[in-house]
Amino acid sequence: MTSRTHPIAPASKSLIKAATAAFMLGCLLTPSFAQQAPTVLIDGSSTVFPISEAMAEEFQNKQSGKILATVGSSGTGGGFKKFCRGETDITGASRPIRSEEIALCKESGIEFIELPVAVDALATIINPGNDWATCLSVAELKKIWEPEAQGKVQNWNLVREGFPSGRLALFGAGTDSGTYDYYTLAINGKEHSSRGDYTATEDDNITIQGVIGDKNALGFLGLAYLTENAGKVKAVAIRQADGSCVEPSIATATDGTYQPLTRPLFYYVSKQAADAKEHVREFVAFLFDADNQKELVSEVGYVALPAEAATLALMKFESRKTGSHFEGGSKIGVTVTDLVQDAAN
Amino acid sequence: MTSEILTRATTASSEQDEIVLVGRARRRDAIFAGLGLFILFVAMAFLLALIADLFVDGFSRIDMAFLTDFPSRRPERSGILSAWVGTCLVMFVTAMLAIPLGIAAGLYLEEYAPKNWLTDIIEINVTNLAGVPSIIYGLLALGFFVYLAGLGRSVMVAGMVLALLILPIVIVATREAVRSIPQMIREGAYGIGADKWQTMWHYILPAARPGILTGAIVGLSRAIGETAPIITIGALTFIAFLPPAPVQPDFPFVNFDWLHAPFTVMPIQMFNWISRPQAAFHVNAAATGVVLLIMTLGMNAIAIWIRFRLRRRIGL
Repeated sequence: MTSRTHPIAPASKSLIKAATAAFMLGCLLTPSFAQQAPTVLIDGSSTVFPISEAMAEEFQNKQSGKILATVGSSGTGGGFKKFCRGETDITGASRPIRSEEIALCKESGIEFIELPVAVDALATIINPGNDWATCLSVAELKKIWEPEAQGKVQNWNLVREGFPSGRLALFGAGTDSGTYDYYTLAINGKEHSSRGDYTATEDDNITIQGVIGDKNALGFLGLAYLTENAGKVKAVAIRQADGSCVEPSIATATDGTYQPLTRPLFYYVSKQAADAKEHVREFVAFLFDADNQKELVSEVGYVALPAEAATLALMKFESRKTGSHFEGGSKIGVTVTDLVQDAAN
Repeated sequence: MTSEILTRATTASSEQDEIVLVGRARRRDAIFAGLGLFILFVAMAFLLALIADLFVDGFSRIDMAFLTDFPSRRPERSGILSAWVGTCLVMFVTAMLAIPLGIAAGLYLEEYAPKNWLTDIIEINVTNLAGVPSIIYGLLALGFFVYLAGLGRSVMVAGMVLALLILPIVIVATREAVRSIPQMIREGAYGIGADKWQTMWHYILPAARPGILTGAIVGLSRAIGETAPIITIGALTFIAFLPPAPVQPDFPFVNFDWLHAPFTVMPIQMFNWISRPQAAFHVNAAATGVVLLIMTLGMNAIAIWIRFRLRRRIGL
């Protein structure tokens, strides 16, 4: 056997060794963190994510690299977990903070400022071929979704007298999501409680696909998914107390006529981060700038705060008013006007 | 059965039986081969259909801008720059940790370790670890690397968790490659007076390299598509800046700050886009999938090429 048996020449072999050694050494010798630009750390609800993304993108462009912003998408609950450990500065939430989450934050000494950021509507959707269930009352929806309906209410003709016979196929948000929590609260009267025999998914596109594929299907999801799939699925109008039928839309969510499925979205800002970090203060000011609100929040498919509410929210932030207005539970039927008052109080 | 055949074979009239027996065996073979081919065809057809679907949806979206832009709220302006850079950095850390460690462990177990109950336990564990769901590694890394060791939610931790994930694959591949080396190579080396270390370093390792490389690439190909452990340790979804560059103009010219940088990877970017309401984001997700697929296939192609060259040079 000659030198042909050495597949790698000695020189390149030692080069590889040297490179590996240098890399390992480097790993050990880097306790000093990068002198990177200050970064605003945002996480939280995937429903609020598009707003955070749009805001972070524009904010970073405006600052041209002086301040950076990152956005995670851990969900409302996952976001609060990180937030209460002090790992993030701002967390998005599609429901108010829960009492156990408040306790968690208190434990690690994190105080928070609760700021409404936008209004979202939840839509109940049906197949375009469904011509009977175009307007349902909350009581009828409850008949479909309440825990007692499990295994029993399987046919449309049980929902209302005169509905045709057809096997109900139900789709909806998974039980980890804020969307599920709010929908069950508004329809069944109890948060996080519904029948279990429906197709639960964290991806609302699955709900869309399911409803497109079945004439007898019914599902619920965020308004943005309905808007993007107009024509493929149909919205169910909700019968209001006065007997009128109101369809979900930006307009009906803004004027508060679409009840009870209009819900506020929130940002929770860490008081500690706001006090200590100038870049967090600047980002919050950018968030609640009335023009940014109008432009960016609407662009991603939510109802922006009116200028007045945005200003009040910013004032609330500047006075560092901590704590939750909701005392650990959602309220149904919150309108934009309520949010203005909430921000003012 | 054998004796039956033998006794039959001795009689002259049994020739007919033999033909029947052989015919039956041939038929069985043909049925099995046909069935195998059919299953293979079905599996390949599904795979090809999925890949074709991905390409049809996403291929036209890929252009220079898609690769050099950061993600954006507007699907048509979005790109995957931060995602593919993140993926490359994480894979680099993974390779740097898993390959040397895996080879060393495999060589030790195969060549040095005494055969006793302890090595048996290690062996069973290594093989079983290859089947542990990746989310478990993610939880381990979250508890151990992120919280306990305080390494943060960084490129380094992502690389470390993926390295742990593929370590068993590299170890098993190394052991198999070493085991398959003909004994004569070892004997030849000892014959010319090489000691154990020299034999291993100059003969066993080079001869085993093609097999080891295959194992390493299989492992890395698995790691590149992993989402669950990376999400668990807290990769970001929107990040519109790159980690600090690894080279710098002043002394010491390289820096490792990027190891501590926040990051995202391509599967996470895909996951985020596919769950958005706008159809244009779904196209972006498909395009990201195509790029990821091309990266994986490229990695495999390089491995095949290196293996081919090594095989030729070593003459095995």
